[in-house]
Amino acid sequence: MSDLLVFVIVMMTLVAALSALILPNFLAATAATTVVSLGVAVMFVLLQAPDVAMTEAVVGVGLSALILALGLKRLGLWQLDLKADKEDAD
Amino acid sequence: MLQFFPLLFSAGLLFLLTIVTGLLPFAQAPMLAGQGVLYDGIASTGAANLVTAVVLGYRGIDTLMELTILFAAAAAGSLAFSRVRRSAGLIAEPPYILDKAIGFLLPLLLVTGFYVILHGHLTPGGGFQGGVLLASAIFLPVLSRSSAQLNHEVISLIEGLAGVTFIVIGLLALYQQGAFLQPLFDHGVFGSLLSAGSLPVLYLAVGLKVGAELAGLLSTLAAEGGEDGTA
Repeated sequence: MSDLLVFVIVMMTLVAALSALILPNFLAATAATTVVSLGVAVMFVLLQAPDVAMTEAVVGVGLSALILALGLKRLGLWQLDLKADKEDAD
Repeated sequence: MLQFFPLLFSAGLLFLLTIVTGLLPFAQAPMLAGQGVLYDGIASTGAANLVTAVVLGYRGIDTLMELTILFAAAAAGSLAFSRVRRSAGLIAEPPYILDKAIGFLLPLLLVTGFYVILHGHLTPGGGFQGGVLLASAIFLPVLSRSSAQLNHEVISLIEGLAGVTFIVIGLLALYQQGAFLQPLFDHGVFGSLLSAGSLPVLYLAVGLKVGAELAGLLSTLAAEGGEDGTA
């Protein structure tokens, strides 16, 4: 049971890390990095380090994603695929 | 060709690290300090969470330095991004779901943040984690409502008071016990909310300081955005 759980979490983390690398949309890549942090936080809980897990969850999922997203906003890369929708509509 | 050299360097570093870790006995060192903390930490500080006992009881100056580094980083970030033309929210008109969800999320995040801070000496978590939770709770209205604005004077007042509290407790300990940031006061009943002497007060100061700093940094980052109106 525990092995299966670890396997699922590791696969989820790996897939999220890969998709953070290859996703063309930067906002989606930011969301993928939060999934990586979430998986790592669950692994910390399974390794009986709840303090580290809480830090990882709060900082990795919340704060760094917010800062990345705000950086995207400042650089003008914040796109929710609105352009593609408009082109389709035109 | 240029990409070949970083790859070679990484492979060499990996090889070196593998060799070095293979040679080292894993967790077999005497670990005298660690063993001492394990045997004596809870009795000498009264904190049920051993991590808190180390972070605030044994390594209080470390925590103070961490706060200093965080303050320097937040100050530098605010300085770099403080050319505010117009403090606007991220989204010109907030979507219905975001607008309504914030009403539920804000009190929940505040309560969770203060719970994590105040129970730092009993359960996992503490000032840093709870402080980040508080920061995100304070930042939420800025995220949704374009009219909402953070009161930077109140934020810096809270931050300054928290930092002063931390240092004053440390100096009080220096005066009474002869060592800076030595745990003060009676230990109280083990495992109750009002126990572990001065550690909860220190963690409350840490949490408020971290929360105020990060909220200020986030709102500085978010300002000036939203002028193109594309999002």
